[in-house]
Amino acid sequence: MSEVIRVEELHKTYRMGDIEVPALRGISLTIDRGEFIAVMGSSGSGKSTFMNILGCLDRPTRGKYFLEGEEVGSLSRDQWAHIRNQRIGFVFQGFNLLSRTTALENVELPMMYNGFAGKQRHQRAVEVLSLVGLGQRLDHAPNQLSGGQQQRVAIARALVNGPSLVLADEPTGNLDSSTSAEIMTLFQRLNSDQGITIVVVTHEQDIADYAQRRVMFRDGVIVSDERKDTSSKPSVDWSGRSKGI
Amino acid sequence: MTFRIALRALARNKLRSFLTMLGIIIGVGAVIAMVAIGEGAKATIRAQIASLGTNVLIILPGTATQGGVRTGFGGVNTLTEGDAKAIREEIRPVAFVSPVLRRPEQIVAGNLNWNTLVQGVAPEFQYIREWQVAGGRFLHDGDIENDGKVAVLGETVVRNLFGNDDPVDAVIRIRNIPFRVVGVLAPKGQSSQGADQDDTVLIPYTSMQKRLMRITYVQTIIASAVSADRVQEAQEQVTLLLRQRHRIQPEREDDFFIRNLSDISEAASSSARVMAVLLGAVASISLLVGGIGIMNIMLVSVTERTREIGIRMAVGARSRDIMLQFLVEAVVMAATGGSVGILLGIGSSEILKFWAQWPTLVSPIIVAIAFLFSGAVGVFFGFYPAQKAANLDPIDALRYE
Repeated sequence: MSEVIRVEELHKTYRMGDIEVPALRGISLTIDRGEFIAVMGSSGSGKSTFMNILGCLDRPTRGKYFLEGEEVGSLSRDQWAHIRNQRIGFVFQGFNLLSRTTALENVELPMMYNGFAGKQRHQRAVEVLSLVGLGQRLDHAPNQLSGGQQQRVAIARALVNGPSLVLADEPTGNLDSSTSAEIMTLFQRLNSDQGITIVVVTHEQDIADYAQRRVMFRDGVIVSDERKDTSSKPSVDWSGRSKGI
Repeated sequence: MTFRIALRALARNKLRSFLTMLGIIIGVGAVIAMVAIGEGAKATIRAQIASLGTNVLIILPGTATQGGVRTGFGGVNTLTEGDAKAIREEIRPVAFVSPVLRRPEQIVAGNLNWNTLVQGVAPEFQYIREWQVAGGRFLHDGDIENDGKVAVLGETVVRNLFGNDDPVDAVIRIRNIPFRVVGVLAPKGQSSQGADQDDTVLIPYTSMQKRLMRITYVQTIIASAVSADRVQEAQEQVTLLLRQRHRIQPEREDDFFIRNLSDISEAASSSARVMAVLLGAVASISLLVGGIGIMNIMLVSVTERTREIGIRMAVGARSRDIMLQFLVEAVVMAATGGSVGILLGIGSSEILKFWAQWPTLVSPIIVAIAFLFSGAVGVFFGFYPAQKAANLDPIDALRYE
């Protein structure tokens, strides 16, 4: 199965008192295994709502969501929790690590909810931490780590249960430009070497350039969906026409 | 697994966990200590009353409306040694009888003197009061018949007049009349009124009447019943006998008053019991307050950890996992607080016993109940916060500032 995500006519409407606010107005999209996608749009465009549904945190009002061929939009909350544990990894703008907890323990956290034994957890955590380039400082707490290091820990945590999909919401929003580049390069490496499907939400074009495909949201619908036709280096024209740089 | 998650979470903020437990610690400690004080008081009272002699009746002259208390120092003089003898011979449920006369006197021995309570008694006094001699002998019938000038000394008197020497065969003077010491009483300790029972000198009641007081009546008569369940019967029969002997008309009141020590003991025990229950209740209230404290702090904690709960849900924790985690946190805090409180309570009771000389008795049942109760408090007061945590929406929780 080459499709990781397929959404058909996804609608989401929020009710605020008497007023109905349509956040998504008919989204249809397919994402294949191994793709690296950037989702862009201003606030209110529906991209955050879309990510919440992709991440099994929110239920669509209408439409279907297939994750690896299985319809998940109508599952129970407990079943969603299981999916989030096993098949989806999250990376947030604010890192969202547990404070006063070591990097190692933070990475182990998802494994505590699927019953891995202590030694197994430790081994696996060390494995993914070296995968993201954090061999040392495993016993440091978040307040002893730089922003870039914290985000690496968060990425390791997202990968620890071997998910097929990683969802990153403005992962470089709290980082300076050079660290941002490091993190995005890391995502690229994970995508090309490990074949992990990655969806990044961003409002910065520089960050979106690291991805191979860019989906633009506006007012609850997709207004464009473009692929890069050449290499994955930034500053390449998106329209599919080579500009001879 | 949830247990480990909960323990790690508690360890992450040790100060807050400790402060949360503080209420339970103090509450349980107070319950244990208060109940120990209550139990100690009950046991002491029981022992003190037992030391007075069981199944004892005290017959005093005067009417019930006069209170009948200590009317021996001038008051109505209606009791005689004849009454005592009649009771001894004719009332079957009565085992032993002794007249008792008492007066504070100064005792002189050599160049020392000591003020004490002199009691004129019969030989059967030792059986009624269950008082043994530690040396020499008690008074016997011959002493009574001859108005013997003999005395049996209580331990406090011996200590103050003779130090460590054996006083038997020594001579003491009461109102300048020489009495030969024939025996020393075993120690008895304090009465339930707080008086030193060993601060006394016993002489034959006939000597007391004729030599010291020059009276022919008897101030009180004490008697012991054959067994506890016949005390009431004895009391009734003595009443009838005395009314007859004193020729009291049917419509008139008794000219005497009988006090039943087991009534007094029952009253004292029940008031000690009430006190113990009250103390326990007050302490239980503080335990309740401790539980409310846990709930409040956990509610605050849930709010402060909203983001953390969101993160846990995002990586795969179900509502059930979150609920269980917070519930276990509450129970662990309550049980730990309870254990520390138990140690604190036992420690305080022991300290009170050594330093303040208060009798305390730690009851293992209360310890077990206190521990279980604190666990229950944890479950009960932790439930609402745990449920609140479990019902958070992950999206909102992750957005929480």
